[in-house]
Amino acid sequence: MPIDVPARVLANRRLSDDYNVLALDAPAIAAATQPGQFVMLKPGIGHDPLLRRPFSVFEVLRDDGGTAAAITILNKRIGASTRLICDATPGRRVDCLGPLGRPFTVVSPPSDAWMIAGGVGLAPFATLADALRGRGVATTLFYGARRGEELFYLDFFRAAGVDLVLTTEDGSVGERGRVVAPLERRLAERSAGAPVMLYACGPEPMLAATARIAMRYGRPCQISVERIMGCGLGGCYSCVIPMRADDGSVHNVRSCIAGPVLAADRVVWE
Amino acid sequence: MDLSVRIGSLTLKNPLVAASGCFGYGVEYADVVDLSTLGAIVSKGLFLSPREGHPAPRIVETPAGMLNAIGLQGIGARRFVDEKLPELRARGATVLVNVCGTTLDEYVEVSRVVSDAEGVAGIELNISCPNIKEGGIQFGCSLTGTFDVVSAVRKATRLPVIPKLTPNVTDVASFARAAEDAGADAVSLVNTFLAMVIDVESRRPKISNVVGGLSGPAIRPIAVRMVWECRQTVKIPIFGIGGIADARDALEFLIAGANAVQIGTANFVDPFIWPKVLDGITDYMRRHGIARLGDLVGSLDTREDTADPTRRCKTQT
Repeated sequence: MPIDVPARVLANRRLSDDYNVLALDAPAIAAATQPGQFVMLKPGIGHDPLLRRPFSVFEVLRDDGGTAAAITILNKRIGASTRLICDATPGRRVDCLGPLGRPFTVVSPPSDAWMIAGGVGLAPFATLADALRGRGVATTLFYGARRGEELFYLDFFRAAGVDLVLTTEDGSVGERGRVVAPLERRLAERSAGAPVMLYACGPEPMLAATARIAMRYGRPCQISVERIMGCGLGGCYSCVIPMRADDGSVHNVRSCIAGPVLAADRVVWE
Repeated sequence: MDLSVRIGSLTLKNPLVAASGCFGYGVEYADVVDLSTLGAIVSKGLFLSPREGHPAPRIVETPAGMLNAIGLQGIGARRFVDEKLPELRARGATVLVNVCGTTLDEYVEVSRVVSDAEGVAGIELNISCPNIKEGGIQFGCSLTGTFDVVSAVRKATRLPVIPKLTPNVTDVASFARAAEDAGADAVSLVNTFLAMVIDVESRRPKISNVVGGLSGPAIRPIAVRMVWECRQTVKIPIFGIGGIADARDALEFLIAGANAVQIGTANFVDPFIWPKVLDGITDYMRRHGIARLGDLVGSLDTREDTADPTRRCKTQT
């Protein structure tokens, strides 16, 4: 059951010109969040901007006793609301509704887990990496960005025992190009008998490419989609994505309640 | 304190109603709202058959508002009756079904389907959706079309019939009059304002349908004026709709002449809005010594007061 709290901003860590990590005092939401779930934030007061914005829960922060105390969100400044999130100062209140949506299904050994992130699509993978480590799953993060300065939290993932495969569009760090290229090579090299679950989040062209590659190599793939969302609760029908049903028919599905985590082989890309 | 509202044969326990298209089928909100505490909920618009609606993007935010063109995606009247209504009944919700049609016959048929079901309290006739080409708005933009569809549905059901009117006409009050003349038990007003938003860099519309309906606080003063005009024209109850985001907004509509109000867009922003608005209304009534909600309805004071220039009002002629 989602709750709405006027969460106090605990910290705002600037990662680059347009990326930041905002920590919010929302212990009840932190305790209930599963990897892949999201919150709806209203960073401003009043009617402009009017609507909340969806954000994946990036990290669940715990106190010394291990109790969930706060969440963070990974924000990229794009419009008015993300600018307010970018500029939010500690002590301010941000209305935070959550946790919402269908989480990732976390695999167990002998399956490996490969996480594929593009840009701000890194957001759902910190909590997922923690959950996978808890189960002893061998985990790799394929992580692509425009340039090296926009590859964040690498030490965090290394400390979580995650193998990193990095790409940048300008070639400044890792392989030059798109993140799906090394993904496809690794899948081609992998023995058919070695199970692996793919998890992907990022721009839709990247998700569509990942879904095609996963199907080509017969691997299961869960994607976390981000669509323009009005309410986060299934009320407005804004965030729909076309998906194929068992009988082959295609229906517009609300990504807020059927997702944001969806089976990649069911999504019909426009 | 009496907060009840009479709509034909139906009594709502309070004046707060969840607006169509802004509350899913109601079941989506059962975890966050006690549905039995609302005056009523209005379902998403339902045709006879399921519809998939428009492609994304379907909404874009505007100053103090939003534009939508969902395209009436819906599961159809029969599936609603079979799959959603039982849970709504079990949760004690008062359910109004928003009935859509591409033809007059379809309005009648959908109305029959929902009238035959246990647990439907009334019919809101959608003759005002701006976002689909066929049906709906063609009835809502013509006085004879409005009269004909309300008359036909009136004959097909014993449930209260509540046409939802479009503001995209010159004189909404004449449409309220046509609905009343045709036997409507109440009118809902207003639906969204036809509008558009353009991305100037790409010179593309921001939503797939190019145009859409504007809702939210931005439209509230226009909607209040339209409710006030209709109150002076018809005797049947009015559901006031348009950008209500708190109790004071709701009170404006009630004072202008609405008997009940619907909240839509604000529920997206704050799904916990309902008890806040209700508490605000009861606090107001207590402060002003008003025992019955009905005494507040249409209580706008437009008398000229020469002694106090701030109270100088010009009554409309």
